[in-house]
Amino acid sequence: MITKFQVAYKNLLRKRIRSILTLVGIALSAWVLVSLLGFNQGYEKALNKDIDNMGFELMIMAKGCPYEAATLMLKGGTGLKYIDESIMGDIAKEPEVDKAFPMLMSAVFDPNKGQSGGIAGYFGVDAKSFSELKPSLKFRQGKWFTSTDTYEAVMGYEAAELEQREVGDMILMPEKNVEFKVVGILERTGTQDDGTIFVPLKTLQKIFNRPHELTTIGIKLKKGVDSARFEEKLYKLPDVQVVSLAQVKDTIMKLISTAKVMVLSIASIAILIAMVGVINTILMSVHERFQEIGILKTIGAMPWDIFKLIWIETLILCAIGGILGIGLALILSKVTGILIRYVMPYAPSGGLVLIDLRLVLVTMVAILCIGLLSGLYPAWKAGRIRPLEAIRSEVAR
Amino acid sequence: MNQYNISIEAINLKKVYLRGSEEIPAVNDVSLRINRGDFISIIGPSGSGKTTLINLLGFLDNPTSGELRLREQAIFNHGKHLSERELTKIRREIYGYIFQSFYLIPTLTVMENVVLPLTFYRKPGTEDEAAKLLKLLGMEHRKDHLPGQISGGEMQRVAIARAMVNRPEILLADEPTGNLDTKRSGEIVEVLKGLNQSVGLTIIMVTHNPELARSAARMFEMRDGQISEMDRKSP
Repeated sequence: MITKFQVAYKNLLRKRIRSILTLVGIALSAWVLVSLLGFNQGYEKALNKDIDNMGFELMIMAKGCPYEAATLMLKGGTGLKYIDESIMGDIAKEPEVDKAFPMLMSAVFDPNKGQSGGIAGYFGVDAKSFSELKPSLKFRQGKWFTSTDTYEAVMGYEAAELEQREVGDMILMPEKNVEFKVVGILERTGTQDDGTIFVPLKTLQKIFNRPHELTTIGIKLKKGVDSARFEEKLYKLPDVQVVSLAQVKDTIMKLISTAKVMVLSIASIAILIAMVGVINTILMSVHERFQEIGILKTIGAMPWDIFKLIWIETLILCAIGGILGIGLALILSKVTGILIRYVMPYAPSGGLVLIDLRLVLVTMVAILCIGLLSGLYPAWKAGRIRPLEAIRSEVAR
Repeated sequence: MNQYNISIEAINLKKVYLRGSEEIPAVNDVSLRINRGDFISIIGPSGSGKTTLINLLGFLDNPTSGELRLREQAIFNHGKHLSERELTKIRREIYGYIFQSFYLIPTLTVMENVVLPLTFYRKPGTEDEAAKLLKLLGMEHRKDHLPGQISGGEMQRVAIARAMVNRPEILLADEPTGNLDTKRSGEIVEVLKGLNQSVGLTIIMVTHNPELARSAARMFEMRDGQISEMDRKSP
């Protein structure tokens, strides 16, 4: 016995190049679709992770563009404004506040970083409160600094790799010509912390001549506190602004959604082109086999049998193309992530393209549905071929 | 076992084609009785209507008028029109067809081509029919070959096996030797005669070749859409 599936599959082998080209079209569309949907969920997850890893809900900083400030917090950078350290005491007294964390961010130009130099970010923190803020931080080597004003440094995983430093080594802060002793190296976190060098807050204030000044105060609220109401309360403080990380996330996601709509439109066009390609291939195949299909009906095939045969051919093409496209997307997800990171103004750390089993299944079902849809017309047309017409066309030949 | 003696009976059968406003009678008032187990041949020049007639007798087309009876049951009468689905049902239960151009599927092996009709419709008890037929037709050793790897005569044998796999009662052969040389043509007609005699298969063969036509028990000639019996051998 031979099944309809075998007949359909063997027929696709008849014009191999045409079948392969159609497969490539479907595979590329599937790749774009999976990568886009993977980016959709990967970006949001990475952003959530970045924000959650900050360990606080609200940030207090000097007045200016709040989103620029928030982005600088997430990405690192220069050009920050400063607030007075005394605010810290006022905030800590508020009953809604669980913990408040002082931070001073500074950046220096390092001529040895990269090919033409780069910015090295230093984070002045209080070791005790900072470790409470980020309990997920683990040490690969060493531990936090011994006091708030020593010349000791804790390096993020990538910073230590880049500078090739171990615990006990010295590290020189360019421009300021100050040396720190490396007392700890963190494990990889997949966040901005990996590239940061943490030093004691008071030491950094002294080096940059910013005594009693901070760039940011992170606030962790007590459970059940209404964040929005507390923000209102903080607005009364002079010369500071309050940034809610939830708002920052919402705003970034809104900006990204515009880009996503554009890419989705491109993906839809790619799928449409692939669909037209499939319809064209199958229609050509039906046209070429006009007599053969007529003869199949002579030997007992009902219109529905022919319809199924042609439909199966379409499904085989779409299934193989879909699997290839999804495989390609999985293999190239890191490259896609790098490309997206290159073109996006801000991209969170970690994997930007997240392809999981659910996404793979959803895409596969979508591609098969598109295949079924594409096969409808050619299959219907083939089912309507009359054997007599096929025989007459032989006579005409 | 079906109790009937007449396989097909045509009474005043007519098929008219329209060319613009002009009516062309391709088959004109044909009456014909084909008994069960007959082997008949129809000859005639091109355009005489023999292919149109075999298409009507094989339920590939609806006649314009007249009556067509199958197994002594009226199927077409007084311009009754059967749908493609109804025609297919009759065809697959009763008929086998072979054509001048074989129409084997090039990507399927000889065996796969033979069993192809069973994918769409299978009569009970036909499980081993394909292997038996290939053996009977001397094609057993070629069963795994593709059609492109065998000769024209062998391809027609495969087409005959495919037509026979569902144990039809009537075999229609439209110019079955049209693409073959004299030697192979003779072989194919011998195969058909063998099937007619061994399993009592009713065969209707259309051919241009009078010599081959004479191999049949009854011989008809078509001319200008009309038919006349030329010769009748004693059984």
